[in-house]
Amino acid sequence: MGKTDTLNKTAEVRTPAENPVDKYLRMDRMPHIWCPGCGIGSTVNCFVRAVEDAMIDIKKLAIVSGIGCTGRVAGYMNLDSFHTTHGRAIPMATGVKLANPEMNVVVYSGDGDLFAIGGNHFIHAARRNLDIKIICVNNFTYGMTGGQVTPTTPQGIIASTMPYGNFEHTFNLPFLAESCGAVYVARWTAAHVKQLTKSMKEMMSKKGFGFIEIFSPCPTLFGRRNKIADGLEHMIQFKDKCKIKKGASAKEATFDPDNEIVLGTFVNTERKTFMESMNDRYEKVFGPKYVRYGEE
Amino acid sequence: METKEKKKRKAKGTVYIKDELCKGCGFCIEFCPLHILAFSEKFNAKGYHPPELIDDDRCSGCDICGMYCPDFAIFGEKFK
Ligand SMILES: Cc1ncc(C[n+]2csc(CCOP(=O)(O)OP(=O)(O)O)c2C)c(N)n1
Repeated sequence: MGKTDTLNKTAEVRTPAENPVDKYLRMDRMPHIWCPGCGIGSTVNCFVRAVEDAMIDIKKLAIVSGIGCTGRVAGYMNLDSFHTTHGRAIPMATGVKLANPEMNVVVYSGDGDLFAIGGNHFIHAARRNLDIKIICVNNFTYGMTGGQVTPTTPQGIIASTMPYGNFEHTFNLPFLAESCGAVYVARWTAAHVKQLTKSMKEMMSKKGFGFIEIFSPCPTLFGRRNKIADGLEHMIQFKDKCKIKKGASAKEATFDPDNEIVLGTFVNTERKTFMESMNDRYEKVFGPKYVRYGEE
Repeated sequence: METKEKKKRKAKGTVYIKDELCKGCGFCIEFCPLHILAFSEKFNAKGYHPPELIDDDRCSGCDICGMYCPDFAIFGEKFK
């Protein structure tokens, strides 16, 4: 309520209103540390709206992040949140989910955190079809530590550890997620807010291992070295170059900044989750005396 | 009085801006579907120019600016 005086009242009569996302955020922590033109905040905005649309009880929602700029999301969200060690967001989330099967667990982290140091955890969580949701903000670089090359940096891109341009082969994250067994895989950019919100809602309402990759500008450490003047310019590039394809295959969704970038939902299937498989197996072995775990 | 009330109602919604949170990235201005936001003349404490609504009557309160804003500084709302 006390926020009314900070609202801008330039035109006519404005009823005091609070930003609907405020109740999901720790507003005492604002303004956040993300640079002007960074897209992480936009993705958080979409996430909050998706949670609201999916009508998820926020008392039953936990968010886990690793270390990095994107890792700060857990600290800014007014939910049960964990800011864990670098690369270990998925192990932490696994524990949260197994101990509290009624919780919706979301991992919100960067590309370096989830796929460089944490890559192994990702493939196994996907293989098990653990009922957690992964949101990966891919800014093509290690934002927090100075713009080093990551497994997702496209070829030819200049990074602080690749001054002559990256020559390594690049991960195709949706394809990786699909081949490991994720039941929901999508890719969007921070500039496609409507589609992203819808996709997040769809993922949150689904059972099983979901994965969304979100391209985001990093003007300070990626853009500056690669002739992209600011975050806004990168966002406009995303809008221009990205093409939304229905039923596209993840394998073809490689990322090459000079060509068209394919966005969309690549996978949306059903598969037994880790908990269901465990219950089925034990029921078969122990018979009716076995009490199924985590099911009402 | 009545005419004024009518004029105000022409807009289907409006935006609310918290100047102090703005970092001047310009996302809302660029992506507003009606192009009715612009940088204002004033500064906030951090030295950025927050946006302002330049054409009140046309705002539809679609909240696209709110979805784009990385700093949670702006949001749109439809009139009830
Ligand atoms: C065990 C360990 N190794 C290295 C680091 C240093 N470190 C902190 S953040 C980070 C990279 C994060 O990159 P990313 O996940 O892409 O997030 P971004 O900052 O780009 O959002 C690294 C390497 C660390 N904190 N802990």
